Amino acid sequence: MAQWFEACGVDDVELEGVIRFDNGDRTFAVYRSPDGDFYCTDGLCSHEAVHLADGFVMDYEIECPKHSGAFDYRTGAAKRLPPCVNLRTYPVRVEQGRVLIEVA
Amino acid sequence: MSNVLTGEPGIVVIGAGEAGLRAAVTLRERGYEGSITVVGEEPHAPYERPPLSKAVLHPDAASPPAISGAGDVEAKGVNLLLGVEAVGVDRKAQSVASSDGRSLPYARLLIATGAQARPLVVEGGHLATTLRRLDDAFGLRANLAHSRTLLVIGGGFIGLELAAAARTRGLSVTVAEAAPRILGRATPEPVAAVVADWHAQAGVEIRTGKTLSRISAHRVGFEAEFADGDGLVAGLIVAGVGAAPKTRLAEAAGLAIDNGIAADARLQTSDPFVYAAGDCASFPHPLFEARRLRLEAWRNAQDQGSFVAGSLLGGRDAYDAVPWFWSDQYDFTLQVAGLPSAGIRLVERRPQAGALLTFHLDASGRLVGAAGVGSLALVAKDIKIAERMIARRLAPDPEILADPRTSLKAVLSGKPNQPAAWTSAAAMISFDQIQH
Repeated sequence: MAQWFEACGVDDVELEGVIRFDNGDRTFAVYRSPDGDFYCTDGLCSHEAVHLADGFVMDYEIECPKHSGAFDYRTGAAKRLPPCVNLRTYPVRVEQGRVLIEVA
Repeated sequence: MSNVLTGEPGIVVIGAGEAGLRAAVTLRERGYEGSITVVGEEPHAPYERPPLSKAVLHPDAASPPAISGAGDVEAKGVNLLLGVEAVGVDRKAQSVASSDGRSLPYARLLIATGAQARPLVVEGGHLATTLRRLDDAFGLRANLAHSRTLLVIGGGFIGLELAAAARTRGLSVTVAEAAPRILGRATPEPVAAVVADWHAQAGVEIRTGKTLSRISAHRVGFEAEFADGDGLVAGLIVAGVGAAPKTRLAEAAGLAIDNGIAADARLQTSDPFVYAAGDCASFPHPLFEARRLRLEAWRNAQDQGSFVAGSLLGGRDAYDAVPWFWSDQYDFTLQVAGLPSAGIRLVERRPQAGALLTFHLDASGRLVGAAGVGSLALVAKDIKIAERMIARRLAPDPEILADPRTSLKAVLSGKPNQPAAWTSAAAMISFDQIQH
């Protein structure tokens, strides 16, 4: 069943930035876009299971730190090789300065 | 889309590595519907090569992954001939002769033959193993299981990655390098010093200035003798003395050769119907005054493979991707963007103990290369930023580059530079250390 979890506070993520959020045995990447909107994807790159929170956010793309694969973090779509499998994305909402994600 | 190229005989690709497969997949993605035939010497399904000197050498490792996006290439209508060698190119007839007796006609030909390990040209040099292909890696992995000592000839990337993998397996490892330091050509000196330090701490002995003079069989393996009279006995000797572009076929076909198969900025060779991409090709790079480069790097093979698909279909663009490569040794990473050797001024940035970035500026102050060593988390972002600065031909302020409290991303986006926000506990600690 889907459940909402508090991932972080709004100010914990820089504009055009990313942080890691762990929940149980799962790990996620939480992004803040240049316009201040929040997004959430799987934490690990679909190519070699490296955490994307160490990657680089530019506009609406996250680039994996290891082999420079890139994804659109709003949709999870793989944008640049090597990964060719999209990331899963998760619903996000902001309430009273807290960032919540829905994990199914 | 309107292609200049439709119908038969279609496109033949020699080489089923990263560049060749990527080209085939991209041709289909771009809507090319003619026939595509890829000829690969190795019997294995196309695979990622970088893990061969790293993860594949571990005792319980699986095979390397398939080339990304190419696992189902035959379902995309690509005719994949594996275990088949291209033995000749008849440019007049526009056809490739294969080792299984076929004649493969082409409208356009892509040569993506890659590179091969250079052999040791000393007496007994054949007694040393080399590493380039999957079967080499499997053989080496088996030999590592039976050996207690390893001597690596050559302190380049392959040799050092292999030394790290063997040391991690518990072997006693020595690396002998002929030059005064490891990682000579491509890597800045302070970066190479950090890498040498990783190996020293892991217990790998690196001996520099050691020119090999011969190898002979020995009771417990092999004995290497050096020009200075030193000798060393090891259960296994591996040569990591670089790779040479595979140009034999292109040479025999009369194509221009210049440190690899000479291509233009579109990756077209001296024959307008023949293209070259990846490790085997040299090309003029627009970011470096059209200097002719040949890159032995996974990403270059990937990017040129994708790019050349456009050229094969008549595209006029020039290939201008910033060179980028990485090496993993132990738990550390080394990443290089651009061409550090094209710089005349080096600026160091030390984000934290154990991590180092170097920035390389040309005479006009433009950033032309950057290198980073340390943990992935500490170096990857700044190298990605440097890569974008190089692509945009920026001339960043050296004082900002050198100051780890400044944000390089702000330079990139043209925002006024404020000291970077401290975002991790580790960063707080180093700040405290500065204060004390």
